[in-house]
Amino acid sequence: MPERPQAERPMIEIKSVTRSYGAFKALDDASLTIKEGEFFSLLGPSGCGKTTLLRMIAGFDNPTSGSISVDGQSMEGIPANRRPTNMVFQSYAIFPHLNVEQNVAYGLKRLKLAGSEEKRRVEEALAQVSLTGLGKRLATELSGGQRQRVALARALVMRPKVLLLDEPLSALDKKLREQMQVELRRLQQAVGITFVLVTHDQYEALAMSDRIAVMFGGRIAQIASPKEIYQRPVNRQVADFLGGMNFVKAEIVEENGASLVLDTLGFGRIKTDKPKAFVRNGGAATLGIRPERLRVLWDNATAKFEVAGKVVERHYFGEITHLIVEIPGLEKPLSVTETNDFGADDIPVGTSIRLAYDPEALVAMAD
Amino acid sequence: MTTMRRFLTKGWLSTYAFLYVVFLYLPVIFLPIFSVNTAATPKFPLSGFTLKWYEDLPRTPALLDAAWNSLVVGVSAAILSTVLGILAARSITRYRYPGRRAINGLIMAPLVLPEIIVAISLLLVLLQLGLSLSLFTVVLGHVLVCIPYSMTVLTAGFEGFDRSLEEASADLGESAFGTFRRVTLPMVAPAIISSLLVCFTISLDEFLIAFFLTGTEATLPIYIWGQLRFASKLPGVLALGTLLLAASFLLMTIAEILRRRAAKRTQNEGGLYA
Repeated sequence: MPERPQAERPMIEIKSVTRSYGAFKALDDASLTIKEGEFFSLLGPSGCGKTTLLRMIAGFDNPTSGSISVDGQSMEGIPANRRPTNMVFQSYAIFPHLNVEQNVAYGLKRLKLAGSEEKRRVEEALAQVSLTGLGKRLATELSGGQRQRVALARALVMRPKVLLLDEPLSALDKKLREQMQVELRRLQQAVGITFVLVTHDQYEALAMSDRIAVMFGGRIAQIASPKEIYQRPVNRQVADFLGGMNFVKAEIVEENGASLVLDTLGFGRIKTDKPKAFVRNGGAATLGIRPERLRVLWDNATAKFEVAGKVVERHYFGEITHLIVEIPGLEKPLSVTETNDFGADDIPVGTSIRLAYDPEALVAMAD
Repeated sequence: MTTMRRFLTKGWLSTYAFLYVVFLYLPVIFLPIFSVNTAATPKFPLSGFTLKWYEDLPRTPALLDAAWNSLVVGVSAAILSTVLGILAARSITRYRYPGRRAINGLIMAPLVLPEIIVAISLLLVLLQLGLSLSLFTVVLGHVLVCIPYSMTVLTAGFEGFDRSLEEASADLGESAFGTFRRVTLPMVAPAIISSLLVCFTISLDEFLIAFFLTGTEATLPIYIWGQLRFASKLPGVLALGTLLLAASFLLMTIAEILRRRAAKRTQNEGGLYA
């Protein structure tokens, strides 16, 4: 897949920003740079500081220390109403006493545009979010998805340098959420504005972002592309948050510049890339492998790398089956997800099976 | 046991409720009835229908003066208590600070204090301050008794007001004042109007405080009190009372409708899953 060309110009620069409430640090020494035109996500569980950071970019909160700049301009002392950012609120914050058109035109009123120009921009924004023709509707007459689109149009019509989105899809049902993910991504590519999304939903972040910052307890744990975050998490916490992951205890046999040699009980001796952020902590490490990277070997099929075990549990999920496989020597059984096209949903519990894996899929994490 | 309970809940309770309502409203019903009776003394049987007591009202200069005074006091008290109520309600619903609950309680206290004690205390304070009694002092007293009502109405309007609405306005470039004018005010306007109406109505009907704090100028309730000494004036008082009753009822109904609309608007529209 071709990479979308991206300007390398930084749009948002966050330099060692800390936000304390008394002794509690909602955000602890966070630094990151978001590039122009990028779809960037702040991902983490509730209370990780992602919303605090977003609100500080918007100007609703101020750093205790550190600096934030947008498009090369320091945001210090600049109130929310004079920042080149606009926000889509989690509650959408649609003005209930105004209709759709008036909501979208709200921010334009201050620009004192000619009447026809204002109308044109409102129409354009409504078209961007597929709400053409609903301009006269009252907020009370809109569905959740429509309200979300109004909130988007109202922010986009201002042509901000940065669009901030605070959990914009969390109030929608699953189907609509998935549809909006695709639409948001498409919209971002069409308008070319830098998007910063706050979410606790890892699939949402993976599906939409160019890059993701994963946050825990006020600190940024990892900043990388969705693929790298998913496949090469820097630690167990990140790995766990991004979806299922099997953790296997390992002993470090050899460590050099770019690679690691590890001894494991179930997988034997493994040579793997050393992650950039790997910091050795004694002689032990953890090896991780995603459940979908383990494949059931049928009949007499063989693979270059395989482990043998016994199915102890089977869970059916429609398109996939989730197998729990006990491997001799491993303290915890492995989770395996297998698509159902070969009949994984029919494997009886107790069957001895062999699993194929790609050593590339094994990721080393500091313990 | 169950029969007993059924009797209690069905037969007895509804009878009780009926008698209760009759007891509450029967005297009120007599007022309009006797106000259109030709006889000068209120007693049954009624002697005939007339509107002359009403026709006499605008021809009584003292009554017109009192009505004008009541209007001035009512409007002033309503505006003052509502402005103060807006500030207090906003502070209590929006900000978290130590003593917030205590302050809320203290503001609501005049609601349960004996009015005559409040009236006497106010009189003492005003005299100590060297203020001469006038309609202005009545306004001050009325503001004190109106604020709890104003607060109740306004708190309902402000509560549940989604803070992100104001943030959204700021985010879209609007100044603090512009946000207040374009978002906050229209959102709570029904509550504000409702508060004005409630306060005006309370001030219009209030007797004790006005009686203690006014100088020579009478408000409507004081005028009525004065008229009661003359038996021949009673039908006129009944007519005036009927009008006051109708006005109060009308104003309170409008106020309640607006209060509900305000509460519904802020709570439904601002909410996350609205």
